[in-house]
Amino acid sequence: MENTNTAVQEKKGKTIVVNPVTRIEGHGKITVQLTEDGAVDSARFHVTQYRGFEVFARGRDFREMPVITPRICGICPVSHHLASAKACDAILGVTLTPSAAKLREVMHMGQIIQSHALSFFHLSSPDLLFGFDADPAIRNVAGLAQDFPDLAVAGITMRKFGQEVIKTLGGKKIHPWHSIPGGVNRSLFPQERDAMLAALPGHKENLRKALDLVKKYLAENADLAKTFATLETSYMGLVKDGNLEMYDGRIRLRSPRGRITDEFDDTDYLAHIGEHVEDWSYLKFPFYRSLGYPHGSYRVGPLGRLNACDDISTPEASAELAAFRKTTADGMVHYTLYYHYARLIEILYGMERLEELLNDPDVLGSDLRVTGDVTNREGIGVVEAPRGTLIHHYMVDERGAIERVNLIVATGHNNHAMNKGVEMVAKEFITGPDVKEGALNRMEHVIRCYDPCLSCSTHAVGKMPLKVEILDSRGELLRTVTKE
Amino acid sequence: MAKAKLASVWLEACAGCHMSFLDIDERIVGLLEKVELTSTPITDIKVIPEVDVGVIEGALGNEEELHIAKELREKCKILIAWGDCAVFGGINCMRNFMPAEEVLREGFVDTVSTVNPEGVIPRVDVPALLPQAIPVDRAVKVDVYVPGCPPDADTIYYIFSEILEGRIPTVPTDVMRYD
Ligand code: SF4
Repeated sequence: MENTNTAVQEKKGKTIVVNPVTRIEGHGKITVQLTEDGAVDSARFHVTQYRGFEVFARGRDFREMPVITPRICGICPVSHHLASAKACDAILGVTLTPSAAKLREVMHMGQIIQSHALSFFHLSSPDLLFGFDADPAIRNVAGLAQDFPDLAVAGITMRKFGQEVIKTLGGKKIHPWHSIPGGVNRSLFPQERDAMLAALPGHKENLRKALDLVKKYLAENADLAKTFATLETSYMGLVKDGNLEMYDGRIRLRSPRGRITDEFDDTDYLAHIGEHVEDWSYLKFPFYRSLGYPHGSYRVGPLGRLNACDDISTPEASAELAAFRKTTADGMVHYTLYYHYARLIEILYGMERLEELLNDPDVLGSDLRVTGDVTNREGIGVVEAPRGTLIHHYMVDERGAIERVNLIVATGHNNHAMNKGVEMVAKEFITGPDVKEGALNRMEHVIRCYDPCLSCSTHAVGKMPLKVEILDSRGELLRTVTKE
Repeated sequence: MAKAKLASVWLEACAGCHMSFLDIDERIVGLLEKVELTSTPITDIKVIPEVDVGVIEGALGNEEELHIAKELREKCKILIAWGDCAVFGGINCMRNFMPAEEVLREGFVDTVSTVNPEGVIPRVDVPALLPQAIPVDRAVKVDVYVPGCPPDADTIYYIFSEILEGRIPTVPTDVMRYD
């Protein structure tokens, strides 16, 4: 623990700033506002970057969108690639061939595996294995490689496997090009499929070990696991016949008590979802319209999907989901730390679903594309990105030039919950300008649970020091604490 | 031999360049024997120390990013512009055809799902947008350019290996790529 710019002076009504929040995808900071007597009044998680993708494509041909929009996020570019391609299909008014639809899903499963593996193994597992208060010098993947070499290698190779599935179809691991409006540009060769099928069992075995590890951790740290930023919220996710769905389904919202609040076609999203704006963050706050903001806030991503769905269509993941739900009386899991557990169950689903798809002869098919003209002036494409429901909505003129674009990205849906979670931890661990050891990492870990597509979920190798600025109510710097 | 110190930042960017670095996969272990990662988005050191190599992913699109680029330039000996965004401005420049205010209005007021009758635009505790998104060398001197969107993992590995051998690399034509 090292203090730089230590105590300057004490003033009333102070703010603590954690900037930048690392290990998330994008840019963020946390501020903690203290009351006059030093208690935590409120805490905010600010997203400090805005690039303006909504205007990027104005006037361009809509067919370019599946190549432009993945540049929103290099961590889950496939989600944008697919949501975009689906919106383009809708503009053409075409239905994909079975081969094209299944090949898109193959790539999507590759991404679910790689992105979730990165989040769990590279980023979050060090906090769990070494503890939040452990020496930051070891609480990272390098430490992991030393003390848990098998797990580290399992994580690295699992991510690599997912990335290679993507590259096989799309030519590149990051920003691949495979989906085109109306279909895809390539199918699988038998030898490629066989190589994937041969590699799957080993990765599944590794995943099982990780699952055991998480379950053991959650059982041994039950108090922490059940109280850490736990929040009773509604949950959103795509479902198909009630089952967990990643590529194409209806949007379902389930209430905190387990009732299905609503289920609607993804193309009707606008009637149900609105976005609130705060002047202190570049990330908007989506909400369920009929409940209004903030009451209509909900959570998405692994925990959101597993709470929203009835079941999972593949056997092993389905059994695991049943065990997951047994942790609570009514089967609704509100514990934020269980995001990690949910994420691993989804990798298991991703692997099982990939296997199913690869064993389907359609993925070797050659009927890959349906052509068409601009038949609809609007197109909506929705997929489940690793971090939650992703919505692309384009409006075009009669020749297909983009007029308007609307994007609701996965991380946005969790914005309200991340803010609430950070505030809960701040209230527990901070009094006055004194910040308890581990408090800052805990606040960051709240955000990391949601694995937001912003810049803190990327902690792969390295240390975990924080910089906290304590400001007075007028924004003047009182004190900076740096932890190395 | 002392490890070379490296700091990296991701500015107006998508993280893809850093992800491509992770795609060197197992080679990362060997590389870490020669390089010390200090402040990077994939570690948690938040204050940039004096380093040998600075890496910038991303263009410069707001005041904070401009500030960070200048800070990193002062603290490193060799500065690498990494990826199309850093080298050329990349995809971010697609907003340069209109004023920053209009870009903000579209995102926070006019988009169809936004419910914002008062027209609130984020301005508190968030850095103001620059009038245009610009490549890194419009603000600070760059020593090594590595284009690609993102540069391939092998290219990244090659660049680091060369720098560690004490050479200032240029990307060889067979892996040079603009996409
Ligand atoms: S160059 Fe490409 S991969 Fe790198 S940050 Fe820019 S958009 Fe992302």
